[in-house]
Amino acid sequence: MTANLISLLVLLPIALTAILTMTGQRAPTLSRGLSLAGVIVLLVVSVGLLLGGHGDTPRVIELGSWAAPFGIVWVFDRLSGLMVVLTSVVALLSLVYAIRRDEDSAGPHFHALFQAQLFGLNGAFLTGDLFNLFVFFEVLLLASYGLLLHGSGRKRTRAGFHYVVVNLIGSTLFLFAVGALYGTVGSLNLADITLKLPDVAPDAVPIVTTAIFLLFTVFLIKGAAFPLYLWLPGAYGYASIPVAALFAIMTKVGLYSVLRVDSVMLSGNTVGGLVETTTLIAPWLLWLGLITLLLAALGVVAARFVRRQVAYLIIASVGTILIALGLVTGPEREMALSGALFYWIHTTVLSAGFFLLAGLMMRHRSQAGDEIEAAPPMPHAILVGSLFFAYAIAMAGLPPLTGFFGKIIILSAALDHPLLAPIFAVVLISGLIMVIALARAGSRLFYQSQATPGHPADRAVDGKGPMPGLGMAILPLALAALMVVGAQPLSSWLEQTAGQIAQPADYIDAVMPHGVLHPETAPGKFGQDYDGGHH
Amino acid sequence: MTNLAISLLIGVLTGAGVYLVLRAQTFPVVLGLTLMSYGVNLFLFTMGRLHTAAPAVVGATEQSADALPQALVLTAIVIAFAMTAFVIVLALKARAALGNDHVDGTHIAQANRVLNRHEEPRA
Repeated sequence: MTANLISLLVLLPIALTAILTMTGQRAPTLSRGLSLAGVIVLLVVSVGLLLGGHGDTPRVIELGSWAAPFGIVWVFDRLSGLMVVLTSVVALLSLVYAIRRDEDSAGPHFHALFQAQLFGLNGAFLTGDLFNLFVFFEVLLLASYGLLLHGSGRKRTRAGFHYVVVNLIGSTLFLFAVGALYGTVGSLNLADITLKLPDVAPDAVPIVTTAIFLLFTVFLIKGAAFPLYLWLPGAYGYASIPVAALFAIMTKVGLYSVLRVDSVMLSGNTVGGLVETTTLIAPWLLWLGLITLLLAALGVVAARFVRRQVAYLIIASVGTILIALGLVTGPEREMALSGALFYWIHTTVLSAGFFLLAGLMMRHRSQAGDEIEAAPPMPHAILVGSLFFAYAIAMAGLPPLTGFFGKIIILSAALDHPLLAPIFAVVLISGLIMVIALARAGSRLFYQSQATPGHPADRAVDGKGPMPGLGMAILPLALAALMVVGAQPLSSWLEQTAGQIAQPADYIDAVMPHGVLHPETAPGKFGQDYDGGHH
Repeated sequence: MTNLAISLLIGVLTGAGVYLVLRAQTFPVVLGLTLMSYGVNLFLFTMGRLHTAAPAVVGATEQSADALPQALVLTAIVIAFAMTAFVIVLALKARAALGNDHVDGTHIAQANRVLNRHEEPRA
């Protein structure tokens, strides 16, 4: 039953994709209903699975009942469950906003693409196999290409072309990495590779190490880390608003892959007895995170549109999470991980909400849109301004909202780290820069609002008109407030989750209960001593 | 010898692909992506090692080829094919929307601006 429910997380969206492709614009109301129902089911099932304790020990689903490493496995544990919950929350916010503001009808097949995106995302979070991860990456990327171009527009087309080309190059690198790993290690299953890495032949060690670095390069392209984040502000800044909000989870796929592959595949092993794997990637993550955070803070200052500012805030959060992931080699391993996860939840939900708020400004602030310039006051200016203020506080990491707590946990995990000084300096200085930038943007947007008589087209709309979708910009803040109120149970749950990530032996045992079946790793010999009768 | 030839082939395809991807027009970029995907497909295929007279069936002959890279490369070909089709359509759409085939959609606009600047005194 549990296995079926877990499979439902992946299979429901793809089934809905097929149905929605047919209903599409022919039955818009039906499509909306189906899409919305699908997302709600995903949310209920994923939350239910986690609350029911089904992720407490990694739960393995063998596709076609082929045992690992011969078949593909999906693994549901607390980390992947949490990611699926986050995906569903962001998807729900984005979808309700799209329906309330009628943005889904700007082009055909919005809902089909949306569900295909969820299929790719959930699959990527659940899979325990590198090539399967590649396939789900492709699915989610192809859906995201379609969604990014939803609604057309010149700048969107240009940004879309850049996004597609960057990701296609990333996919090619991914295939090189996967191929080289299979050719040398002889497996694509994460847990199986972990067990086989120490037995790699000495002359293959450089190839394996290169492949591992190539793999993480690809993940960091998707995760938008320095120096590979330049595609993000364009893509997110020009996407339609609900799509940009959904994309808040997209960088997290890259980060999730970094975390998963680093914590499982590179856990406490050597490559062929020559290269230490636990310290292979993490120090790079720390430095890249520091640079990413600092440059993103400068991007927040330089941005002229709120949407672009939010895009840079997303990059800043990527930097912060990378710093935390880089701290796992330090003394406070589990605290760094739980801090990363707390910050992760915070930034995903809130940056989605911030995009929705920027969308409301874009539509209701007369001609200025979301440009950070003085303009006539917008309707509900006090409410929207207060929301902007709250988002700014949360995203810049000031108390009393969630960003502050996430940063505190991460920084306290860094207290005994040898690189304490640069970490503190970068996190605090970039926080300050972002506060200044957001304060300046807020005062431009909401205080320097002057009515311009004589420009009827530019005159403010009267303050009382309806503003559909406003609730979806408020809801993330309510969730953030809930995270603060429930910080105690949440952080203890996250600490246990971090404990699970720090103990990859459970994951490996769950996937490969019999250990390595074939010590000889050279492909070609593969079939000779396997009798095909494992079951 | 075969190994060397295949390695060179993969290297040349990928190198040419990288060169073309760095061009400023969309069509060479699309071609470059295609060449890169050819390179990586061959690379994936050779990861099962190069055999002759070894079918991917266990027990049929003394030595059997690894079937997995063949399955991988099949998947990769299908995906690359779909992506190429998509990116061609996108490049055409960008050409229509932006009025030129520069990857940033700018160079003709810039060229026009330069032209206009030269023409201004005469006008």
